Amino acid sequence: MSEQNSNHDAEMDRRDFLKVGAGVAGVTLAPGVLLYGMNAYARPADEPASSKVRWGMLIDTTKCADGCNDCVTACDTENGLSGKTGPQDSQWIRKLHIKNLETGVEHDLPMMCQHCENPPCVDVCPTGASMKRADGIVLVDRHICIGCRYCMMACPYKARSFVHEPLHDQKPDVPRGQGCVESCTFCVQRVDKGETPACVEACDSANHNAMLFGDLKDPNSDIAKAVKTYDSTEVRADLRLNTGVRYQGI
Amino acid sequence: MSITQQNFDNKSKQYWTLLVLGGLVMLGTMYSFFTLEHHGHILTGMNNQIVWGLPHVFAVFLIVAASGVLNVASIGSVFGKKIYKARAPLSGLLAIAMLAGGLAVLVLDLGRPDRLIVAMTHYNFRSIFAWNMIFYNGFFAIVGLYLVTLMSKNLKAYSKPFGLLAFLWRLALTTLTGSIFGFLVARAGYNSALYAPMFIIYSFAYGLAAFIVVQSVMYKWNNIEVDEHILARLKNLLAVFVAASLYFTVVLHLTNLYYAKEWDYEHFILVSGGVYTAMFWIGQILIGGIIPLALIFNPAAKKNPALVFTAALLVVIGGHAQMYVTIIGGQAFPLDLFPGWAQSSTFYDGVIHHYTPSIWEILLGIGGIATAFLITTGAVHILKFLPEDDFKDIDLTEH
Repeated sequence: MSEQNSNHDAEMDRRDFLKVGAGVAGVTLAPGVLLYGMNAYARPADEPASSKVRWGMLIDTTKCADGCNDCVTACDTENGLSGKTGPQDSQWIRKLHIKNLETGVEHDLPMMCQHCENPPCVDVCPTGASMKRADGIVLVDRHICIGCRYCMMACPYKARSFVHEPLHDQKPDVPRGQGCVESCTFCVQRVDKGETPACVEACDSANHNAMLFGDLKDPNSDIAKAVKTYDSTEVRADLRLNTGVRYQGI
Repeated sequence: MSITQQNFDNKSKQYWTLLVLGGLVMLGTMYSFFTLEHHGHILTGMNNQIVWGLPHVFAVFLIVAASGVLNVASIGSVFGKKIYKARAPLSGLLAIAMLAGGLAVLVLDLGRPDRLIVAMTHYNFRSIFAWNMIFYNGFFAIVGLYLVTLMSKNLKAYSKPFGLLAFLWRLALTTLTGSIFGFLVARAGYNSALYAPMFIIYSFAYGLAAFIVVQSVMYKWNNIEVDEHILARLKNLLAVFVAASLYFTVVLHLTNLYYAKEWDYEHFILVSGGVYTAMFWIGQILIGGIIPLALIFNPAAKKNPALVFTAALLVVIGGHAQMYVTIIGGQAFPLDLFPGWAQSSTFYDGVIHHYTPSIWEILLGIGGIATAFLITTGAVHILKFLPEDDFKDIDLTEH
């Protein structure tokens, strides 16, 4: 009996070892798997953006903290903006405070280029400098923007800025130029490396987790699951632009 | 020295004086252009809220008036009215000169004017702006050829088809110019199909008014008295166009007033908008509409070219006020991202945007007028553009 018990104990030990081993192996491998998951969206520089992906962002206004400006600061740092807020200064993302005129309910939310599927800025641009990448990111081609500002007239979100003065000390991977129009790029330089936009990273670092970024076309992505689970809305949905940025909690 | 020779010498001196005056204004414009090219638009009153400013007011006025001024020629060539036929060459010349002036301002104000060649070689055919560029270039070509047929002895037979083509082309052109604003779906002040026909009517009024002003100056210059019958027809036509412009303006605002969502914007323009409200009521409606109509319908106007000249000049001034209200007033009213919500941010959401034009914008803007002036003065000096009526051919009772 005791031998049996002893054998049983040995059996248990072996099982426990395997369990623990599997756990350790899992813990060891998981970051790698996670790493692989994030980098799955990274693509080599010589490959064009794919229409199989549509980058989008879901912003939970209930988590967006009043007075927090971390997303704006992170955007300025990442993209080399001055951070000044004069009428002629560029602001790619801003914190918007809204208050319902009837009910009095208030929200804070970040507002930036909404990366529309049908962007009015792209429609009106005479030279085609305003353009939408295959993966849904709306950009300005710095080489053919003539600085007419018609896109700024057309954007329903006031998302675009015109560079009013000469620029110095630009970020090498964020080209900007005097006399050209610019706006949020979803931090395309980071997204192409498989990273998230700087604003999202800053929001997560502050433990607010109000901004979720990902591929809307991938049913297994967190953002696709979230927009399927929770009610979310587009800003100026009446214009039927099918924005890549959606808001939850308004 | 004979009297004729003395006249010629005086004329020549005056001509060069005009060229120097126009040239001085252009020098100021070019100085402004190079300064802005170097330092950027930071020196202007324009910003990320009011992205189109005073230069665009002058530019769009000139472009709209350019297509309208061609109407005088069209009435002559397409509809066979002889007193207008005599004015067709001047009308065509002014159309080219004013369009060149307007486009010059637009180009000089670009953030990257050095990339003009890009604008000429890269076309996005979904853009109404790109279509405008194509139609502007076509306008130069068609009106240029039309002028050749009008002024050449051998090609006169072609003036009618070219006149018709130019007429249809200018209607399309002004439709496109109006649609630059009409297609802006998100802004309360624009987003209306009315902009296309309204700009056509505005162009009729501004163009004819500009024509009367220039013709009056040229007649004065040459000591010619304009015939009463001709004056009566031109002034009556101007009255029709001015009244029609007022009608379209009323319809635009009435339709906006019908929609609850546009009440705030209408209140801003019509009541509480400060400079924009003043520009609308005093500039566009009173100076550009009601006073000219009162002058034209004043019985004394029949025999007093000065009254008609004044009326036309007021229409031109009122036209600039209208462009100021349309272009800058339309942007001063904030975008409504969340209808029904009060909005505020560091990017001036939810507040009326302020605009004070700088000297640089004024210099750029008047450069358009100077360009048109120089082209007209030079061409009139070299070629025969002065309207000359052959009264034997004209049935003065014709209307």
